[in-house]
Amino acid sequence: MAELSPRPVDERPLSGPVAYLLLVRMWSKSASQYRVSLMLTSLAQLLTTSLDLIAIVVIYAQVQTIAGFTLPETLYLYGTTRLAFGLSDLVASGVENLATTIRLGNFDLVLIRPVSSLAQALADQFTPKRFGKLVAPLITLGWALDTLPVQWTVLKILVCIGTVVSGFVIYCALWVLTGCISFIAVDAQEVSNSFTYGSEFATEYPLQIFGRPLGLALTFVLPVAFVTWQPSLYVLGHADPFGLPGFLRFASPFAAAVLSAVAALAWRGCVRRYRSTGS
Amino acid sequence: MTAEPIILAEKLTKIFTSRKKRTRTSFTAVDGIDLRIEPGELVGYIGPNGAGKSTTIKMLTGILTPTSGTLRVAGHEPQRERVRLARRIGVVFGQRTTLWWDLPLKDSFTLLQRLYKIPPDRFVANLAYYTEALDLGPFLDRPVRQLSLGQRMRGDITAALLHDPAVVYLDEPTIGLDVVSKHAVREFLSDLNRRSGTTILLTTHDIADIERLCSRVVAIDHGRVTYDGSLDALRADRDLETVVRELYLGRSLVDTTE
Repeated sequence: MAELSPRPVDERPLSGPVAYLLLVRMWSKSASQYRVSLMLTSLAQLLTTSLDLIAIVVIYAQVQTIAGFTLPETLYLYGTTRLAFGLSDLVASGVENLATTIRLGNFDLVLIRPVSSLAQALADQFTPKRFGKLVAPLITLGWALDTLPVQWTVLKILVCIGTVVSGFVIYCALWVLTGCISFIAVDAQEVSNSFTYGSEFATEYPLQIFGRPLGLALTFVLPVAFVTWQPSLYVLGHADPFGLPGFLRFASPFAAAVLSAVAALAWRGCVRRYRSTGS
Repeated sequence: MTAEPIILAEKLTKIFTSRKKRTRTSFTAVDGIDLRIEPGELVGYIGPNGAGKSTTIKMLTGILTPTSGTLRVAGHEPQRERVRLARRIGVVFGQRTTLWWDLPLKDSFTLLQRLYKIPPDRFVANLAYYTEALDLGPFLDRPVRQLSLGQRMRGDITAALLHDPAVVYLDEPTIGLDVVSKHAVREFLSDLNRRSGTTILLTTHDIADIERLCSRVVAIDHGRVTYDGSLDALRADRDLETVVRELYLGRSLVDTTE
């Protein structure tokens, strides 16, 4: 113990991603204290995420195409969306706990740490069971890619990878934005869920089955359609049934960048206006 | 060389506004507080429940943004430079723990070493010192959920100090502790302040905490300072408990005419 308190040698704060990984490791360690529970819940995640997959396969046992999309094409949509969402769920769904954290006043404890509050909120209560959600999408996508009669070009491969990456970023931004809602309405978790989980459901199916007005609304109101629909039209060689301009097929990364910036700004604004609770 | 005050607040104000069905209501939690604390002081910050103590501390840590007034802590503007300031301060909330519930106590400490970038030699030396001073040895390897309140509080105090903060805020650190633990915590804090010159701001409802520890007392009520001066002056005429009760009941001992 020194006689005085020296200024820290290295004044730069720990970077967000490093802090995030450190916290993820701590939460994983916490979760693995209850090993049986962790194994069972991982299995449950794997099974529940396979259920709608079964539904899709059952429907296609009766019909050849839905809205002009064959089974492998639909499974390509399903696989890319689910994979993008599963990855975002793995990385960012910690913000779901934010409503509780704020209500109990524990966000105070986040703000006294010398690292990014967003990194802490994203890592909150990380659990390895979320890896279970990636199994079904990976198998599905693998099968779809193997079966699709697509002439793969470099551009198509890039668009395919870009679909998953942009989708992942867009979903992460949506997680952050829904976390922001928790700052405004503390009991807002249900409102938030209708954004993230609801929009995931919407993009798994060919958008056309929802009809034109809803399809357009989903394209523009929520940027979800960018996640898989638009770029997948290009990969699968479909014309846009809604007749939207062709450049939209490649707009996903831009949508992802814009939405991330919006989410980051919203987060800063919310933390600044954080009111804390009680004593 | 006159040192800059480590905490300097001028006309610090926090007003909470809330909107319910289009009617705006506002509540002034902290109402133009002036506070100047020099490095190395150990100040008791007292006041009845709801007086604005916690709100003040939350502004001093950068948790809350002041509505108006100026504020500097350890050379930083708390809310704007929150992350930088966090390296220089330590916070103990008596009613909350920052420790990892399911993991051994020492895991929380090793995480803090990384988060605060504490140099390894410094960390080892500090941990050894606090383990000795607060007698943490017997339960360093036990999950936090299995610790008694007194043990956990000692763990929380260590967690707030490992990075050698210049200022430490303690919000009711002796709440709910038994007589022996209270005594141990008080002795430790007094020793910390004396040995390392750490500035300590302490909120408490325990008169004995104040008598044992604080040379200076700041009292607030309804968001305004009602006393700011030495402990000895406060208890010059009557016993401390009586004076504190009067302060809590709304009497002001400062000249508020402007």
